[in-house]
Amino acid sequence: MTLANYLVLASILFTIGATTVLVRRNAIIVFLGIELMLNSANLAFVTFARMHGDLTGQVVAFFVMVVAAAEVVVGLAIIVAIYRTRRSASVDDVNLLKS
Amino acid sequence: MTLPAVLPVLAATEEHVTAQAADGVYSSAWLLVAIPLVSAAVLLLAGRRTDRWGHWLGVLASAASFVVGASILLTMLGQPDEERVRDLHLFSWIPAGEFTLDAGMRVDPLSMTFVLLVTFVGTLIHVYSVAYMEHDRDRRRFFAYLNLFVAAMLLLVLADSYLLLFVGWEGVGLASYLLIGFWNHEMPNSVAAKKAFVANRVGDVGMIIAIGLMFATFGATDFETVFAGSPAASEGLLTATGLMLLLAATGKSAQFPLQSWLGDAMAGPTPVSALIHAATMVTAGVYLVVRSGPVYAGAPTALLVVAIVGAFTLLFGAIIGTAKDDIKKALAASTMSQIGYMMLAAGLGPIGYAFAIFHLLTHGFFKAGMFLGAGSVMHGMDDDVNMRRYGALSGLMKVTWITFGLGWLAILGVPPFSGFWSKDKIIESAFATNDGHGWQPWVFGLVALVGAGITAFYMSRLFFMTFHGRRRWSDGHGRSDVDADAPVRHPHESPALMTWPMIVLAVGSVALGGLLTIGDAFAGWLEPVTGHVEHHEPVLPIWLIMALTLVLVAAGAFLAWRQYGAAPVAVVAPRGSVLTRAARRDLYQDDVNEALLMRPGQYLTRSLVFGDRQVVDGAATGLARTVAGSGELVRRLQNGFVRSYAATMVLGVVVLAAVVLAFQL
Amino acid sequence: MSALLSLGGVAAGPVGTALADTGRTSSAEAVLFWVIGPVMVLAALGLLFARRTVYAAMSVVVVMICLAVLYVAQEAPFLGVVQVVVYTGAVMMLFLFVLMLVGVDPSDSLTETIKGQRWISALLGIGLGVVLVSVVLNAGDFASRGLEAANTETNPVGVAQVIFGDFVFDLQVVGILLVTAALGALVLTHRERITRRIGQRERSEARILAGETLTPLPAPGVYARSNAMDVPALGPDGRPLDASVSRVLRVRGQERAVEEVHLDATAAGAARHLRDADEGLGGPEGVGSTPPQRSITGEEQVR
Repeated sequence: MTLANYLVLASILFTIGATTVLVRRNAIIVFLGIELMLNSANLAFVTFARMHGDLTGQVVAFFVMVVAAAEVVVGLAIIVAIYRTRRSASVDDVNLLKS
Repeated sequence: MTLPAVLPVLAATEEHVTAQAADGVYSSAWLLVAIPLVSAAVLLLAGRRTDRWGHWLGVLASAASFVVGASILLTMLGQPDEERVRDLHLFSWIPAGEFTLDAGMRVDPLSMTFVLLVTFVGTLIHVYSVAYMEHDRDRRRFFAYLNLFVAAMLLLVLADSYLLLFVGWEGVGLASYLLIGFWNHEMPNSVAAKKAFVANRVGDVGMIIAIGLMFATFGATDFETVFAGSPAASEGLLTATGLMLLLAATGKSAQFPLQSWLGDAMAGPTPVSALIHAATMVTAGVYLVVRSGPVYAGAPTALLVVAIVGAFTLLFGAIIGTAKDDIKKALAASTMSQIGYMMLAAGLGPIGYAFAIFHLLTHGFFKAGMFLGAGSVMHGMDDDVNMRRYGALSGLMKVTWITFGLGWLAILGVPPFSGFWSKDKIIESAFATNDGHGWQPWVFGLVALVGAGITAFYMSRLFFMTFHGRRRWSDGHGRSDVDADAPVRHPHESPALMTWPMIVLAVGSVALGGLLTIGDAFAGWLEPVTGHVEHHEPVLPIWLIMALTLVLVAAGAFLAWRQYGAAPVAVVAPRGSVLTRAARRDLYQDDVNEALLMRPGQYLTRSLVFGDRQVVDGAATGLARTVAGSGELVRRLQNGFVRSYAATMVLGVVVLAAVVLAFQL
Repeated sequence: MSALLSLGGVAAGPVGTALADTGRTSSAEAVLFWVIGPVMVLAALGLLFARRTVYAAMSVVVVMICLAVLYVAQEAPFLGVVQVVVYTGAVMMLFLFVLMLVGVDPSDSLTETIKGQRWISALLGIGLGVVLVSVVLNAGDFASRGLEAANTETNPVGVAQVIFGDFVFDLQVVGILLVTAALGALVLTHRERITRRIGQRERSEARILAGETLTPLPAPGVYARSNAMDVPALGPDGRPLDASVSRVLRVRGQERAVEEVHLDATAAGAARHLRDADEGLGGPEGVGSTPPQRSITGEEQVR
């Protein structure tokens, strides 16, 4: 087994996360899909760090986690705010982006 | 006096006098234009406030111009020939880098002749109009236009360059348009005004091209430079310039082929017809040809074309005149024919220039007088213009009858009236064309001769139909010589304001020709402009020409008397011969214009419009429709669903990654 | 956690050199990967297909714990710990918390509402996976140096050196970002008070104005042989008091009549009634609970 396996795994997870974003309507699940994509990217970073023998990859993954945490805080706050006004967590109900 | 180096070649045949700077009374020449112009501006801008006295301001302005002109004329008469040509520099008009054009005035015998004709006849007609237009609520506006016309006409004849002349040229065109359509609340009048305007525009194109040619050749448009340079210019170029000038002249002077507007121009008030469409403006073409003498001197072909156009129009107008029952239109046809005489004379070259201007002068008097007479008749006949409803007016309108009769004798060329002196000279000169060689003297001479006969016929017809014969109208007491249901008229003599101008003009019709002929006074007067030319011998003896002319005139007049004076005149025009019917329809000139120019033009514009709509607009609207359609399609993607947008994003990622991958492989 | 760390040590220690030399992982790591990997993929698919949001969230928790394991296996024990603590511990709990807050939603169902979205998504997902995997597989040369050198002073120390060395500025910026996010969350969830605050005083005043019962409601029946919430107490007149039973039970129809617990209720009532009549006490219309009534009568008796 080589390190490419990890990368393939990361790709698969990323794809599943992306598809989740496209398919699911519940905002929280969509958000979870995004988290999955971020985590798969982290896996790839960690693997790259191991490949190159350099810890920078791990540091970047660390920063991604921090940023993701911040994003989750804000994102969930938005979901809660939307839910309060609309009594719905469906992303399809938030369609004011159309002209 | 030094002639430019190029001139000696010409000096053998023509003696042009170089211009001197204007001083003394000459320097006030600008007042000639300025006074009526200011008056017109005041009348137009001040509006109804000037209604009460505006017409008198108009008369005053015209008279003041005449006084200035007369004082200049008197000064000029007191000076030798060499000092009679003056240039008055006014201001730098177009200073464009290397090219500078100055606005200036050329005060010389030719322009002064016109100045006096325009201001004198113009003033008389102004006075006449005061009474004629008395009941018109827009009389002030009428006088404003008249003053505008006088100013423009004076600018035309006084200009020292073709460009400035063109300004006056357009000015008189504008005034003519405004005055023909003065009663523009009636459709035919505005149509007639438009027709005159359009026909003149065709001529103006010729003028513009001619000016352009001059500018390209000589680098200037002022008379001095152009005339000095023309002997050295190529004949082809001069011919082109001459023909273009002729085109301009045909438009303004109602010569063939742009003659059709003059008849319709009679829609304007009669004083307008007298001043603009008989005495002055329509003769501007003749002025242009005569003024451009040095250009034509190098272009004999162009000159020949001028003569041909003149001769053709002479007969053309005369034939139309024989059939018209509308008194003003008959007079208009006569004007066209008489200007044909002038053009013919001008087309004979330096030999005829003086006679052209001479005839122009006398014609200006007697034709204006007759138009005013016609206006007087209309005034008395409730504005009816149909001569078939006139008759036996001689006793009721004595002054009109006598003054009109004097004009009639003058235009017939009966000695010693004015017309005799001028027209006879033209006929003589026509017989002497081309030094008496070739076909030209015979053709032009005979045309002029026959024209005199026809002129006698139609003018006599007009005269007899109007003033003699039976009474073809009713006086309201059932008394009529023809039928009971004749229109009721109350013919009466016009007020003094109208008769006096007619009397003055009649005096001119009688005496002017003879006075100016004594000792070749007029030809000598114009010599500084036209040059001195020795007379060539006509192909026929002069006494024979004179006798033939008089015989033809007498025959024409007698024929007219027999048919319209002695015999009863039908109230409804008989069908007449083919020629009569053709003449009634102006020899189908409108139909020809319509078929040759108007219809194809309409088809052209229609197809252009179609092309514009389908191709140009089609491309534009098609583009717009494509954009809108694609927008409609793309709009469906813009459904507001975040997930759809995310799908688009992912699609982009996939495509980009696939591209990267494809290049990597 | 210590087990995980030791696993990392096992994976990293002896295998590290082998990885750098051969470019292949140890077989132990391979076994771990092949066990963990499919679990992760299945859990991720659970996120994609789970009908209930809670299940989806729990699948993600599984994925994240597995990821932590993989991090440790990949010589990143620090990240593995952080993953568990931050993600699984904090972030996912936050998710679950919000889930509970939001509750069950129709959007949890898997029926698609946008026309064609599912097919497009499937197509794009497959396409993305194919492209990404082929990119990885076509990348060819993998260096595989291993982190043995970098991790000589243990992994957290190495990471710390990088973070507080090369990335110290980024660390500060990220800190600011976190503070900003916290503030943002506060602002986003803040609710402006649009009516006057209603406190105890207002409530009591409203109650008096409405003419409601001011005293506490009577307690349910307490009897010698039965003491239950669903049995009404008896009033001074011996009649059962409905208000003494909880409203919820009454609405549900779960209350019991006095007769059900006291077979001789009628007799008892009648007897008490007679006794009261003997003592000269009329049947006052009592609404209060029994004990106060009793105490009142007691006082009267004392008097």
